[in-house]
Amino acid sequence: MSLWKRMTLIFRSKANTALDRAEDPRETLDYSYQRQLDLLSKVRRGVADVATSRKRVELQVNQLQQQSDKLQTQAEKALSVDREDLAREALTRKSALTQQIEDLRAQHAQLQGEEEKLTLAQQRLQAKVESFRSRKETIKATYTAAEAQTRIGEAMSGIGEEMGDVGLAIQRAEDKTANMQARAGAIDELISSGALDDASSINRGDDISRELDAMSSHSDVEAELARLKGAKKPEALEGGSDILEPSAEKETAERPEERS
Amino acid sequence: MIVRILGEGQVDVPDEALERLNELDATVEQAVEAGDEVAFKAALDALLDAVRREATPHDVDSLDESDLILPPADATMAEVAQMLSGDGLIPG
Repeated sequence: MSLWKRMTLIFRSKANTALDRAEDPRETLDYSYQRQLDLLSKVRRGVADVATSRKRVELQVNQLQQQSDKLQTQAEKALSVDREDLAREALTRKSALTQQIEDLRAQHAQLQGEEEKLTLAQQRLQAKVESFRSRKETIKATYTAAEAQTRIGEAMSGIGEEMGDVGLAIQRAEDKTANMQARAGAIDELISSGALDDASSINRGDDISRELDAMSSHSDVEAELARLKGAKKPEALEGGSDILEPSAEKETAERPEERS
Repeated sequence: MIVRILGEGQVDVPDEALERLNELDATVEQAVEAGDEVAFKAALDALLDAVRREATPHDVDSLDESDLILPPADATMAEVAQMLSGDGLIPG
């Protein structure tokens, strides 16, 4: 038997056994409707969970990107003070982060895909649940218990299949999200421990920053000294004359008073 | 003929497309039996693409049963094998 026929038979038998038959067929309708509403709530929660995971991965990408940008700046700064060894170290660490960022971006795209699929599944199920509800009320109002049996069978088969499909989608999304959550947790630990700051993954802190800061502090002092040494006296005098000018005016203004 | 692609919902496929789709379906089945993951992936993609190309969306609020059901597009061979077993992935 072909694959899709086997799938159909298995799926159908599962969907039918999933809906227990109650004593009164009309009770079956209400029971099934309740299960559909429960499944809809579960799908909504599933969409929310996937969205939460996606946002978490987004946050991690941003954190790692900031770290990567910082290392790039450090590499440039190190080169500007002729420390190629430090620049190389910073770029090595940046390269390790780039790989992590790419992996997380791939995860993010996957989560976004899951979120879209589940949202569509939710919309499909919602449409069928609403259709089932109106069919259910018609059956209960119009038919006797005996007549209702056939109508109920018709309504149940379609909704059962949809519920099976959406149930499977939810289950698969949960599995995928759980795997990603575990990986995201590992990245969180790396970020909080500071291990990602360090290519050797030994928590030495940000030694490149420390060394560059020390050099930067030294070169800032030198630059300030050079600036002070290079300060031109004429400029200072010019400035002085600005300061003196009002006094000169004051003196001039005071002279007539002295005469009077 | 109503076909459901799991995870994508139901579509209507014209009966005249069935012969061609059956050939593609047989290729998927052979790949599963041979345990060839690469061939399975290619065959499933080809089958689903052909169904989507031939199909029109089925009424979203209908309560109709499907005539045929296909695995989801991102299913692995192991998942399909599990779906086909008695206590497979399909809830219920």
